[in-house]
Amino acid sequence: MQDKPEARRKSFLSPASGVASLIGKFSRAARKYRIEWWILSVGAVIIAVVAFMTLFPGLFTRFDPNDQNAGPQLGAPSIGHFLGTDNLGRDVGARVVYGSRTILGVAFAASLLSALIGIPLGLISGFAGNWADKALSLVMDSVYSFPGLILAIAFAAMLGPGVINITVAVAVVYVPTYFRLVRGQTLQIKQELYVEAAGAIGARRSTILAKYVFPNVIATVVVVFSLNIADAIMTEAALSYIGLGLPAGVPDWGMDLSMGKKFLPSGVWWMITYPGLMIMILALGFTMLGEGLSEILNPRLQEY
Amino acid sequence: MRRVLNYLIGRLLLTVPMIFILLSLVFVVLRVMPGDPVSAMLGGHAPDSVIEKKKLELGLNKPLGAQYVDYLGQLARGDLGKSMIFEEPVWTSISAKLPATLELTFFGLAVCLGLGVPLGVRAARNRRNGHDFGIRLYANVVYCIPVFWLGLMLQMIFGVFLGVFPIAGRTGSRVISSEFDTTGLYVIDTIIHGDIGALGDVLFHLALPALTLGITLSGVFVRLTRANMLDTLKADYVLASRARGISENKVVYGHALKNALIPIVTMLGLQFSALLAGAILTETTFSWPGMGRLLLERIYLRDYPVIQGVIVVYALLVTLVSLAVDLVYAAIDPRVEL
Repeated sequence: MQDKPEARRKSFLSPASGVASLIGKFSRAARKYRIEWWILSVGAVIIAVVAFMTLFPGLFTRFDPNDQNAGPQLGAPSIGHFLGTDNLGRDVGARVVYGSRTILGVAFAASLLSALIGIPLGLISGFAGNWADKALSLVMDSVYSFPGLILAIAFAAMLGPGVINITVAVAVVYVPTYFRLVRGQTLQIKQELYVEAAGAIGARRSTILAKYVFPNVIATVVVVFSLNIADAIMTEAALSYIGLGLPAGVPDWGMDLSMGKKFLPSGVWWMITYPGLMIMILALGFTMLGEGLSEILNPRLQEY
Repeated sequence: MRRVLNYLIGRLLLTVPMIFILLSLVFVVLRVMPGDPVSAMLGGHAPDSVIEKKKLELGLNKPLGAQYVDYLGQLARGDLGKSMIFEEPVWTSISAKLPATLELTFFGLAVCLGLGVPLGVRAARNRRNGHDFGIRLYANVVYCIPVFWLGLMLQMIFGVFLGVFPIAGRTGSRVISSEFDTTGLYVIDTIIHGDIGALGDVLFHLALPALTLGITLSGVFVRLTRANMLDTLKADYVLASRARGISENKVVYGHALKNALIPIVTMLGLQFSALLAGAILTETTFSWPGMGRLLLERIYLRDYPVIQGVIVVYALLVTLVSLAVDLVYAAIDPRVEL
């Protein structure tokens, strides 16, 4: 916890010095945690590159992902098409580049959605601790212990194809993750002296939740959010690989994989290699970012 | 013994609300879904009167609440109902596919532990040097590989390019499946029949799917084993055993690993649902005739009873495994009482 004068002094700092102090903090961390720092940086760079790719796909490829006359059918990688062409004559490289939009967008939106539902529920449930908390925990635990993918399959099938629908289907799976994390933390923080003190000076319950409990919970949520996106990436890919969730015409790595699978027995390796590699690299980026953050934010773990 | 029995009954009763909640969720989700089994079955060309008649027959025109109460009553009697598309009991379809999934899951788990635990121990023994770093990298990379993509890659390398392993199905054409009606677990069935050739064929087909499933999950166990081994290697009893001159291998595997295994067993229970989810994708990739493929097929057909039945069986599997894990936990750790 910060003592009061320190906090007040900080509030007078300009944004620039705030950024400077943040950089200073991180470079101190960089010296202290060498490997963790590398892990975090590599993760961040991977995410940045893919994010750049989603924003400016034109810089990475000159083909349209749905152009069926981009090249020959099932053409192997060549000078004209670095990653080859698929069974409809579309450029695999272009589909990989444009596919990053779908997966990154869906995974990010889904994680955000489940965080927005799970965090408030966890906070209130853990803080209230009454019968509603027990009932909600039972529901969340049941969903949590069940294979998430099966649930996502059921929801994706119900909602039908669509980018928003697949986002909802993926989000459903991760609500319990945030709920359980935040509820557990809230239960602990509720016992702290400063929460009791706030109650004693007459702070309202909503004030205690917003100003004392929530800020202490949010640090762990950041780490889990990053790891969660990695997981959501693979769930999204799995759903579209199965053939649920996305309408035709939306370039997507999972869907391209299931299409490439049909041509695998005839030795067409380029259709399945690149989209899968990208899924792995992107998921790895978010995992590394989360891992690095967690080791730097929780110094207790540094012995490992 | 009595206490164990009481505990078992208590735990089994606790699974009832869990299954109830999941089932309610799936029941509502399915009924809200556009499309219904009758239209899926008759192909949309049938006249309305025929569709209405069929719906009446299947009870689909009753209010949602009534359908739900009917289904729960049926379930309470241990009856999963009948398929709405094919004239067969749900349990018949499931029991035909369940062994395939169990076999795949079991061997996947074996691969996963066989890779994860030794690698984790090795990383812990070489803390913060090249071995450790390499193994941790393996754990993180493997954790991020989509199951189905690893499956495709293995199919590509070992199935298509090298031509060593088959890429689809549970058996080759030369093995007659009628031999295998004892348990449905082909590995056990072929052993019972003493047919070594068939056993080889079955294991051959099992190799790539089990590897796929096992490798992707092994990362979690590497990390967990490593973290716990680091803890136990620091313990006083390890120092004491070393001081007494017990060989390093015996200290590591006999003393430290034994104590580190306890949280690993707990993790096993938690990861089982990830294993089942991975099995669905592995089944899809390898055309493995298991429950996951049954579920997907029937979702397209909107065959409600079968989908619900599969969900119930999955939920039961998860709870049974977590129960088994608790029992193993008590057996290997004398400090734990049920």
